[in-house]
Amino acid sequence: MAPRTPLKDHLRETHLFTSRVLIALVMVGVLLVVVVARLIYLQIISHEHFSTLSENNRVNIVPMPPTRGLIYDRNGVLLAQNLPAFSLELIPEQVKDLDQTLAALAQLIAIGEDDLDQFKKRLDQRHPFEAIPLRLRLSEEEVARFAVNRHRFPGVDVGARLARDYPLGELAVHAVGYAGRINEADLKVLDVSNYRGTTHTGKTGVEKYYEDILHGQVGYQHEETNAVGRVLRVLERRLPTPGQNLYLSLDVDLQMVAELALTGKRGAVVAINPKNGEVLVAASLPGYDPGSFVNGISTKDYDLLRRSPDQPLFNRLVTGQYPPGSTIKPLVALAGLEYQEITPHSSTFCPGWFSLPGDDHRYRDWKKEGHGSVDVRLAIMRSCDVYFYDLARTLGIDRMQKYLGYFGLGRRTGIDLPGEVAGLLPSRDWKRSARRQAWYPGETLITGIGQGFMLTTPIQLAAATAMLASRGEVWRPHLLHATQPTSTSRLLVQPPLRTGKVPISDGANWDTVISAMEGVVHDPGGTAKGINRGITYHMAGKTGTAQVFGIKQGEKYKASELAERLHDHALFVSFAPVENPEIAVVVVVENGGSGSGEAAPVARAVMDRYFANKPGS
Amino acid sequence: MKMATDYSLTRLANRRHRRTLWLRGLHVDIPLLAGLLVLAAVGLTVLYSASAQSGDMLGRQLIRLGLGFGAMLVLAHIPPHHFRRWTPWLYGLGVILLLAVLVMGEIGKGAQRWLDLGVIRFQPSEIMKLAVPLMVAWYMAERPLPPAPKILLMAALTLVVPALLIARQPDLGTGLLVASSGLFVLLLAGVAWRLVFTVLALLAAVAPVFWYFLHDYQRERVITFLNPEHDPLGSGYHIIQSKIAIGSGGFYGKGWLNGTQAHLDFLPERSTDFIFAVLGEEFGLIGILVLLLIYFFIIARGLYIATQAQSTFTRLVAGSITLTFFVYVFINIGMVTGLLPVVGVPLPLVSYGGTSLVTMMAGFGILMSIHTHRRLLSS
Repeated sequence: MAPRTPLKDHLRETHLFTSRVLIALVMVGVLLVVVVARLIYLQIISHEHFSTLSENNRVNIVPMPPTRGLIYDRNGVLLAQNLPAFSLELIPEQVKDLDQTLAALAQLIAIGEDDLDQFKKRLDQRHPFEAIPLRLRLSEEEVARFAVNRHRFPGVDVGARLARDYPLGELAVHAVGYAGRINEADLKVLDVSNYRGTTHTGKTGVEKYYEDILHGQVGYQHEETNAVGRVLRVLERRLPTPGQNLYLSLDVDLQMVAELALTGKRGAVVAINPKNGEVLVAASLPGYDPGSFVNGISTKDYDLLRRSPDQPLFNRLVTGQYPPGSTIKPLVALAGLEYQEITPHSSTFCPGWFSLPGDDHRYRDWKKEGHGSVDVRLAIMRSCDVYFYDLARTLGIDRMQKYLGYFGLGRRTGIDLPGEVAGLLPSRDWKRSARRQAWYPGETLITGIGQGFMLTTPIQLAAATAMLASRGEVWRPHLLHATQPTSTSRLLVQPPLRTGKVPISDGANWDTVISAMEGVVHDPGGTAKGINRGITYHMAGKTGTAQVFGIKQGEKYKASELAERLHDHALFVSFAPVENPEIAVVVVVENGGSGSGEAAPVARAVMDRYFANKPGS
Repeated sequence: MKMATDYSLTRLANRRHRRTLWLRGLHVDIPLLAGLLVLAAVGLTVLYSASAQSGDMLGRQLIRLGLGFGAMLVLAHIPPHHFRRWTPWLYGLGVILLLAVLVMGEIGKGAQRWLDLGVIRFQPSEIMKLAVPLMVAWYMAERPLPPAPKILLMAALTLVVPALLIARQPDLGTGLLVASSGLFVLLLAGVAWRLVFTVLALLAAVAPVFWYFLHDYQRERVITFLNPEHDPLGSGYHIIQSKIAIGSGGFYGKGWLNGTQAHLDFLPERSTDFIFAVLGEEFGLIGILVLLLIYFFIIARGLYIATQAQSTFTRLVAGSITLTFFVYVFINIGMVTGLLPVVGVPLPLVSYGGTSLVTMMAGFGILMSIHTHRRLLSS
């Protein structure tokens, strides 16, 4: 109870006050202890954690992308290089009004719709403070025009980057391929940490197949940065390891001859050294300009390429599948000799057609009136179908499939190009599982002349021809001749890879078939005799004509009446010199009509150049 | 013997007289002054680093410190009964100015804390930091202690009104500081603990209601305090970066001028409200302990002065000023270390900035005046 008259009790008040002050002092002490405890937690217990955070704050690790390796042909001719290219780049964080800046820039430098589209696409998926290219490949005049006005555009700059360049353009484009901008699909496959800072990756061809070697190892620069990302100094630097240079086995000179000979046509030319599997020519026509893909092709141009009926983007070398036609005959003949169903002297009568017993279906020979009595040499030289119908029947599909399999048909050759397909070597099993049908005897017959289900790629045919030329040596076809870690170091030659041998019981069988193939070119009765004028070396060859369009029973194939796209494919397989083969050439001309007329001259041109270039000739 | 004793006593008295003469001539409390000077020196050292070695900022802070120490010395020489006489007028003036600011704030936009008197711009809330404890102490000193409920209610009103006016500006931090300075007077005056805890419980109960009266940015601060990671680059950035700065300092610190957080601009407001983080980063736990020791010394000395004060009024004022000083220290360090939500409270005498420094030094001036104008009871 408070007293009615307020009386101050000074002594009591002093005691009360002193006790309250003491309590306050204790409270102050307790709170300070709380603060100290908190600081011990922050500075002692969690010190390491916060040190790491502080270090991460401060140090920015900036990747230094390696320089992509160069690509040369076997003689050191440059196929792919890196050229400095100037591009207009923009750091969005440093640009105040993006729309206005873009508008003002467009008045100085031509910026197209495509550029803006690309720019906006990259704007969405960039890292902070990353410069985004707005226009690529500035001309020197444009660079100068911007330099004068640079002060008006904070955050915009001209960046010099190395851009992939293909000095020979379309030449050998399907073998060399191209490197293009890394897209999301690439990121799923690539080692992201090694590609930090890298903008391009191989998309097709050797550029893709040897991406690992060409790319190199990324380097890092530890930069001290402040809170707004400005680089203050470089603390540490680990230089990137540049990608290795590649020396391909291609011979640009031969390649040019092949592509020139095939100009205006669709098809493929492959030349292989049968002694080691080195690919000297790898042409697939038509091609395209790889340079246009390096920095992103415009949608319009891409559509043009994609929709072209000539399919310039289609790599016929490893993905084009063609019925081998008569080019398969030497191999079937070899099988016949090997299984002793025929001898070099046994002969078959060809009336111009062949029928299976108990079936009145007539399997036609290309020569309606027939070849008469032919032995294996004549059958190959003149490409007699009936002889091979008969041989196929006696061999049967199983033995034929087995023996042709030794030559790698129906299997990928393992060439160092991406996307290779296996072709098709039909068998009973295949037909049962793929078509859910039994194998018909008639199918055996047409398999014997390389028609029907059988499909081969040009590279497969070339590899098989090389095996024939080397009398059974199986070398894996390859484009990589050597690697070079740096531009000053010595070449590291890739050893060729021997993957097997075609089993043969009598070596003379090779002679029989090869001699017949020599006759194809050099004998007046050979189907390719048209190319032997003035030839200085001995060439063995075999023409082939692969049917695209089935001709009904009793009708006659008349090229003039069929649309060009339905014309037969023209094929030619060859090697030379017969005595000691150094080069095997395979030519496929789509809808070319006849192997002797369209394909064989291309092979002759390539070989002529090969022997002309050869030292000592 | 007696003569000798008298003689020695006289000598002692003379010596004492000489000392007190010198002291009374100056009216300065040497231990408090020493503590404040050491604190100011430490503050300038840290500020030099925090301001990126800006001589310019250091110069301006020196001028402010000069002003502050000047104000302290001037007030120290005014006998405490003058303060007591001026208290109602000062309080009245403060309330009027706060109302003026509020009216102008209605006219202007957003926060209106400053009053522009043409020549000087100042914050009336700074007056209130001293006027409120003075007024509450003035009111209580006339009445017997512990205070009766009716008196308590009146006293509470004198502190709540200005506190609410300041909170409306809106400056919740200062409003709370002003309120707490008044509350310290009540606590020191001997309010029953039962009442204190009842009020605290009531406050806790109405806290959710209070939430609705907070501005968006104030709510944001509370959310950020509860979970700084919820917006690490936005409102949580301050506290995350300051924790990194302090934590990475470790026991010994990174060394003076070597704090990477501060020098590479990661730490925001590093020379003002967050300067403690710079100290923690560069001088480590050792440096912080030294600073806390200085603060503790000043607070202990202030409380000692309060217990030695001779009237209820001076006792309550001295105690309240000292405890409010501690509240500054605790809130600032608590905020920088993530113990408390972010409220704009400077670290006394270390943070760069003017007005509150001068107010605080004025408070120490009053403390010195109280201590040095004691009459010797024994004589």
